[in-house]
Amino acid sequence: MAHFDENAKPFSNKWLDERIGLNTLKRVLNTEYWIPKDINFLWAMGMVLAATFGILVISGIFLLMYYKPDADLAFDSVNYTIMSEVGFGWLWRHVHGVGASIVFLIIYIHMFTGIYYGSYKRGRELIWLSGMGLFVAFSAEAFSGYMLPWGQMSYWAGMVITNLFSGGSLEAYGLVEWIRGDYVPGDAYLTRFFMLHVLLIPLAIIGLIVLHFGTLRLPHVNNQEGAEIDFDEAASLWKAGKRKESKVIPFSPVFLSKDIFVMGVYFILFFYLVFYHFDFAMDPVNFDPANGLKTPAHIYPEWYFLWSYEILRPFSKDVGLIAFGIAQAAFVFLPFIDRSPNVAPAHKRGLFQIWFWVLLIDMIVLTAMGKLPPTDPTFAFIGLVSAILFLCMGPILVVITMFEKKIEKGA
Amino acid sequence: MEKERRDFMGLSLGLFTAAGSIGALYAMKRTWDPLPSVKAAGFTTIELANAKPNELVVEKWRGKPIFVLKKSADMEANDRDVIVGGDRFHISIGLCTHLGCIPAYEKDNHEFFCACHGGRFNASGINEPGLPPPSPLEIPPFKINGTQLVLGEEGPEYKKMKIDNLIA
Repeated sequence: MAHFDENAKPFSNKWLDERIGLNTLKRVLNTEYWIPKDINFLWAMGMVLAATFGILVISGIFLLMYYKPDADLAFDSVNYTIMSEVGFGWLWRHVHGVGASIVFLIIYIHMFTGIYYGSYKRGRELIWLSGMGLFVAFSAEAFSGYMLPWGQMSYWAGMVITNLFSGGSLEAYGLVEWIRGDYVPGDAYLTRFFMLHVLLIPLAIIGLIVLHFGTLRLPHVNNQEGAEIDFDEAASLWKAGKRKESKVIPFSPVFLSKDIFVMGVYFILFFYLVFYHFDFAMDPVNFDPANGLKTPAHIYPEWYFLWSYEILRPFSKDVGLIAFGIAQAAFVFLPFIDRSPNVAPAHKRGLFQIWFWVLLIDMIVLTAMGKLPPTDPTFAFIGLVSAILFLCMGPILVVITMFEKKIEKGA
Repeated sequence: MEKERRDFMGLSLGLFTAAGSIGALYAMKRTWDPLPSVKAAGFTTIELANAKPNELVVEKWRGKPIFVLKKSADMEANDRDVIVGGDRFHISIGLCTHLGCIPAYEKDNHEFFCACHGGRFNASGINEPGLPPPSPLEIPPFKINGTQLVLGEEGPEYKKMKIDNLIA
């Protein structure tokens, strides 16, 4: 057996180090986990996301205490019991609703930061892929959570989204009924989505977050210029006290203190929304109880799903489903369809810069069109053009990155 | 000898684990199946004698809305119509065949309009081409019983429509 110092005080640093390798853990995860200096506030979005997830878990725990997963009781348990009887119940609900919406805003910023700076290139593919896994898991978490208040939007979103699994002309209604546990969304449907929302998907998210952090440790985070940093050299400069000359800082406490500053600014916005503007995350239609015999006049998803919804909508059923499927999976393949070896910000990559902004604007246009009713022909046409443009962006990227000039580094 | 023994043990363990996993997966699949009580919630009877022409009545069968529309004299006849007591009725599951929203009936132009994605159906439930819905509104299994309609049971009229490929 290994040697244990008999004089070490229980729970002292030495005592813990001998038992769980505390100093090694601290070194690997904090004090010698090197972060480049050449970054900006966009590099704080990861920790902002982690903190928002934490807030969603905490508010969710308190909502769970009075929520009733039963088709007859769910609506009142949210809108009456939690909102007007439970002390500060409204706070947890508004924090949870606003958090669920804002977390997607930060996810999109985080994603587009990665695209802009090429942070998915060789060596960092697994960071991108685990991140896309998190995006899928968060989407499933958002959808399952949206079912729980059992209002009209919950019911009809559930109806439409589960119908997607019939696969259009495949008419796999058996599969749809299996997913629902009923012919239409009902009690069995609500309780299984409750299980998914509070247990299975959060477990998957936590696992994926660990994997996402793990994939980041060896390639290290990218920097503003996409420069290849000699981390050993930079680290030895830092450790030798030449902090000014070194290109890196330790994750903790130096980088983390920057993160916490950004988080501070973010939480001012977050709690402003929670206390003064929570209604943007609370669709008025969902304050009507679920009714299987009446579709609301105009149904639409939450803002963060609108772009992919608009890719489904302008086409006939089968084409729409295929387009929707491609759009959902497209981003996963980014590291493999970007053929350029350059790890550099978009503004140094020629045509890629135009591609990046066209993609971003196209997704914003799709989002705006997705919110409008399907009746106006002009907007429907703009939606169709934007959807086709989105589908072409992948092949376009392959072509323009094949001919991208190699950037010489150094100098 | 030693290697063969280990191969055998590895193989047996693998087979037992695989068999157990398949069993567990089957149990999980069955747990997600609709309950027998849900499946058995079977038949709905609708009285058609009091229906008024060009007025949509929405009934409920297996949790789904059922459209009952008595056609007036000026509305086009169709092989999909259900004839009860000399009157023509359009009977269908009131869920858009695109993604399952409930279309609204527009009395004046005799059309169903789905607000979700802009689909349209005529008073016989036939979808207008070029719009998202890929097929007509589906006709539920029915049996004519005097002036009543029993949903969930397949009568001769329904079976004939099924053979003629008219139900959806």
